[in-house]
Amino acid sequence: MDNSPNLTRRQFVTVIGAAISTLIGAAVGLPAIGYLLSPALEKQEGESWILLGPLDNYPLNQPTLFTFTRTKKHGWEKTTTSYGVYVLRTSPTEVRVFSNVCTHLSCRVTWKEEVQEYICPCHDGHFAIDGSIISGPQPRSLDEYETKIEDGNLFIFLKEA
Amino acid sequence: MVRRLFQWLDERLGLTTIHDVVLDRKVPKVNWWFTLGSASLFLFLIQGITGVFLTVYYVPSPDHAYDSVQYIMNEVRFGWLIRGIHHWGATLMVLVVFIHMLRTFFYAAYKYPRELTWISGVVLLLATLGMGFTGYLLPWNQRAYWATTVGTQIPGTIPFIGPFITSVMRGGSELSALTLARFFSVHIWFLPAVIAATIGLHLYLVIRLGISHIPDEND
Ligand code: HEM
Ligand code: FES
Repeated sequence: MDNSPNLTRRQFVTVIGAAISTLIGAAVGLPAIGYLLSPALEKQEGESWILLGPLDNYPLNQPTLFTFTRTKKHGWEKTTTSYGVYVLRTSPTEVRVFSNVCTHLSCRVTWKEEVQEYICPCHDGHFAIDGSIISGPQPRSLDEYETKIEDGNLFIFLKEA
Repeated sequence: MVRRLFQWLDERLGLTTIHDVVLDRKVPKVNWWFTLGSASLFLFLIQGITGVFLTVYYVPSPDHAYDSVQYIMNEVRFGWLIRGIHHWGATLMVLVVFIHMLRTFFYAAYKYPRELTWISGVVLLLATLGMGFTGYLLPWNQRAYWATTVGTQIPGTIPFIGPFITSVMRGGSELSALTLARFFSVHIWFLPAVIAATIGLHLYLVIRLGISHIPDEND
């Protein structure tokens, strides 16, 4: 038996055993990877126009905070996220809308009327009225939303990541 | 290269010795019924692995348990597969462990010197049933809820201490968030620990004592 060029019974069983184990391992193991990654693979983008009310509600040349919430489903639970945007009317018909999320590490900036700056309390980031950087660690100006005005109502285009 | 690496490891870890003692044992002439112990072990491992995966999404709270199970079944990729294996594996494990016990019983394999193998086996059977009982509540659906209501009420009929046992199991006088949380804990920590340790003892004994032969006319 031992000198035969063919597989011994023992070798045969070992090979078959290893093959079956690999098959079972793959059949459970590969789906298991998909299972773990699943939430990260879901497309979660939502895009929508958000109504910010009549344009005439907003004073000229004075950033005004507008807040709203959006509800998203995460797995078995709904999570509500709050958004804050600064509306800056630059002329009776023109408007710019900035996100209040600091471009440094995502704290929220506040408009300070006295100094005419947006200030982030976390690492002392300062932004000018048009969102540009004055000083601080932030890498870029405040993010701006696309806007549209329909029948005198102001909308912004919100893309949720 | 591979051979040298293996020899290096073998010299230090004693892999060949482990292999010879654990897998290359002398066994009497046996039949397929003798595979059921290994099958029980395999099922326990499968239940353990799929169970760990289920805890990634399952939430043991009355607000979320049901919804998290629905989420696993309908939205998580291969969630149906992982839960399906755990669900059917549970039933199969009880069945296989039970038939394994019947085989050792009918072949009189529990006799001297294997009494402790049998006794550790009894612990394994009870712990396996306990896994089935505690796991059944976790989906927190109607069936789970009422099965556990009944299941925790049954020991309540024991004289004197019965009602106390019931309230220990429920964590109070009725089923609540506490019941779900303690069933979950027992299901994923206490019983698996007991089973794993007892399997260790059980297999140590099987290896130490060897497998008994099938009784014949001389016995
Ligand atoms: C999780 C559950 C269990 C596992 C993983 C397990 C595992 C094993 C394994 C691998 C063997 C080797 C021989 C064979 O497979 O037949 C064995 C033998 C044995 N088992 Fe179990 N077992 C379990 C439950 C039980 C139960 C419930 C009993 C009885 C109450 C039991 C009693 C025995 C006895 C007496 C032997 C020795 C058989 C012999 O030497 O011929 N086991 N077990
Ligand atoms: S997060 Fe705003 S300055 Fe760091």
